[in-house]
Amino acid sequence: MSLLEIKNAHLKLDDKNILNGVSLSVNKGEVHAIMGPNGSGKSTLSYMLAGRDGYELEEGEILLDGISLSEMEADERARSGLFLAFQYPVELPGVGGMSFLREAVNSRRNFLGKKELDHLAFVKEARKEASKMFVKDEMLKRAVNVGFSGGEKKRFEILQMALLKPKVSILDETDSGLDVDALKIVSDGVNAQRNNENAIVVITHYQRLLDYIIPDFVHILSDGVIIKSGGPELALEVEKNGYSGLINAA
Amino acid sequence: MNKNNITNPLERRRVQFGYSQNDISKLLGITQSQYSRIEKGISDPNKHLKKLSDIFNCMPNEVFQGEILREIENDFINDPKNSFQRLFHKRKSGYVHLNIQGWFTKKQVINNYKMLINELEDWKVNEYGIRWKWLTMDEPNWAMVNFPKIDFQDIYYYSAPKTKPKLNSLDEVDPELLKTYEKLGIPIKEQEVLAGVAVDYVFDSVSVATTFRDKLADEGIIFCPISEAVQNYPDLVKKYIGSVIPIGDNYYAALNSAVFTDGSFVYVPKGVKCPMELSTYFRINEQNSGQFERTLIIVEDNAYVSYLEGCTAPQRDENQLHAAVVELVAMDDAEIKYSTVQNWYPGDKDGKGGIYNFVTKRGNCLGKRSKISWTQVETGSAITWKYPSCVLRGDNSVGEFYSVAVANNAQQADTGTKMIHIGNNTKSTIISKGISAGKAQNTYRGQVQIQKNAKGSRNFTQCDSLLIGDQCGAHTVPYINQHTPSARVEHEATTSKISEDQLFYCLQRGLDTEQATSLIVNGFCKEVMKELPMEFAVEAQKLIGISLEGSVG
Ligand SMILES: Nc1ncnc2c1ncn2[C@@H]1O[C@H](COP(=O)(O)OP(=O)(O)O)[C@@H](O)[C@H]1O
Ligand SMILES: [Mg+2]
Repeated sequence: MSLLEIKNAHLKLDDKNILNGVSLSVNKGEVHAIMGPNGSGKSTLSYMLAGRDGYELEEGEILLDGISLSEMEADERARSGLFLAFQYPVELPGVGGMSFLREAVNSRRNFLGKKELDHLAFVKEARKEASKMFVKDEMLKRAVNVGFSGGEKKRFEILQMALLKPKVSILDETDSGLDVDALKIVSDGVNAQRNNENAIVVITHYQRLLDYIIPDFVHILSDGVIIKSGGPELALEVEKNGYSGLINAA
Repeated sequence: MNKNNITNPLERRRVQFGYSQNDISKLLGITQSQYSRIEKGISDPNKHLKKLSDIFNCMPNEVFQGEILREIENDFINDPKNSFQRLFHKRKSGYVHLNIQGWFTKKQVINNYKMLINELEDWKVNEYGIRWKWLTMDEPNWAMVNFPKIDFQDIYYYSAPKTKPKLNSLDEVDPELLKTYEKLGIPIKEQEVLAGVAVDYVFDSVSVATTFRDKLADEGIIFCPISEAVQNYPDLVKKYIGSVIPIGDNYYAALNSAVFTDGSFVYVPKGVKCPMELSTYFRINEQNSGQFERTLIIVEDNAYVSYLEGCTAPQRDENQLHAAVVELVAMDDAEIKYSTVQNWYPGDKDGKGGIYNFVTKRGNCLGKRSKISWTQVETGSAITWKYPSCVLRGDNSVGEFYSVAVANNAQQADTGTKMIHIGNNTKSTIISKGISAGKAQNTYRGQVQIQKNAKGSRNFTQCDSLLIGDQCGAHTVPYINQHTPSARVEHEATTSKISEDQLFYCLQRGLDTEQATSLIVNGFCKEVMKELPMEFAVEAQKLIGISLEGSVG
């Protein structure tokens, strides 16, 4: 059974068809890349999966580890192990990073029937993971994403992923706005979390990220449908010929 | 009834003093119809003249003369000080002489307040003068709050506070209340005390309070009910009470001055830093001092105190109107930190049954380099009308006001501060965070006044409003009067909403809507929360979350 199953997903925003029958199966241990030009529906797909208000399916179904997500609110989906690294992480003025992380981790632990971590245990764990992402203590004391640079925001997203240990992670343009050094840190962070029990869906516009996070499968999304699927070589084809060649061929 | 149209002098006095025929007949120990006959001049009043003169603050031969009243009236109105000192003075000179003990004793004995009243005799002597002052005033109508007209004659302001019914166990307590206690993480023992369950360890808390007071006494600090202070430290009390907030300051202050029952008194002598936070929680008599509390805090040169008022546990009260008065006095280099968490019952979703909280709080920075900080978290009450203020009289003195006011459902909050700069180089900071949800209206009303001689004074004001939903309102009403060019006044204001992006981001991390709202709101209030003493801050944070429950999503 696949860990994430998207069956014929249709979705409208403002009466405009955005997703027009997306289907995708992601198994444990796999990394999938979804590529597509701007406006092809990549972020919409990620919001739909995460259960954002207003992004309800018109038609189709999504299953996480065999369980239908359609009836679940965004927070339930998250606690069940679905994680979304945002293309544009949101600022939360006044909300301290450390306490935000702790609330998030404890919600997930509660769901899993694990004991909540006390303050000390949590801080230890958070610091350990943070140092891997080169996130300094000082940054955890600041308000979530407020005044963070582009790179800091993305590192903070991946730190959350590391702490929450989701079953399926969707990374929406995690590479955008990163220089090469930052890209390397973020990719290392993601790769460190690949294992046989989870799965990762990397959404990106550029092939560059896929040199660092090497996918098992690549899908091309255009106008809300997957027009082509293949291995890593498909990404190189995009790099060489651009999207238009592929889209015209389809 | 228009009191000016009454020609019968006795009746006129009675109405002016706010009594019914029934009230007076009880005071005289006769039936109402007997009294009515006296008032109409049918029965012989002689037997009752002495008592009537006591009641009406006049000589026996004046009971039936209308004119003398006018004289006293003018006397009061024309006296700019119009304060307690003056009333005491009058008492000494024998000009005003009253004895109303009989009346109060009767009422109070029933309510176990005999002791208090004996001690308060000196105060109550002046009761009528003060009460009368209040009767001449009009209710303020400038606040942005709406409520049905209060029938002040119908309020039991002259009776002792009602005692809460004693319950046998927590099973008898309203389950809604218990749920809130649980969410606040209040231990079972404290829950029982708060809910009024009859338990032995209420006495524990009394003994805790006693040890506590002993420890303070070692430092020379006085912390006691103001009724005790009147008896034990009359000179101190007389010197300062009414010195910051004169009787006629405003309608509700006048009402409090007329009828206050009890409250706290704190005195910190020169050079003493109070070693612990003083909390009303530890004050004996706390339970019933309720409706018209009067607090006076005096901090001498180089001394310091931090005072906590209220508690996060929801407070239900049969008394719908609360009108407290709090006066602070800080001498040279003294510092007073006054923190409040107010969580009176806000009423149901439509505001029915909620408390009206009309409070007057003011601090006098009398000394050089003195400092007074007000920090308040206001989540309760149907209507809040409250402007803790600082009079910055001493050179280089500092006033601060940090406020979070939450209004949900039908709640109305009109709150803010006044900073009156009188001394040189005085400095004030105002940070106000208003949160509105449901259909609530939240108004910040603040005045910054820089007097002519307040050279080099500075004020910084920041007013932020957060709206949750689209049926609520936030209003900012700043008044700035600057009379000296060398002063600097800055005002910043923002209004924001909890964005859908923010909510979704939190939900995506597994927080539920309520957790998310609470987190975002507490983030919004952070600058104020960090001013609260540690434990208070933790509780206040949970409280804000609970107050907003159900307002999002
Ligand atoms: N709230 C919305 N209402 C209507 N159209 C939207 C909305 N959000 C996005 N769109 C449209 O949906 C399409 C897909 O957008 P998006 O998913 O952000 O694309 P991508 O992430 O691939 O760049 C775009 O044409 C965009 O304009
Ligand atoms: Mg996008």
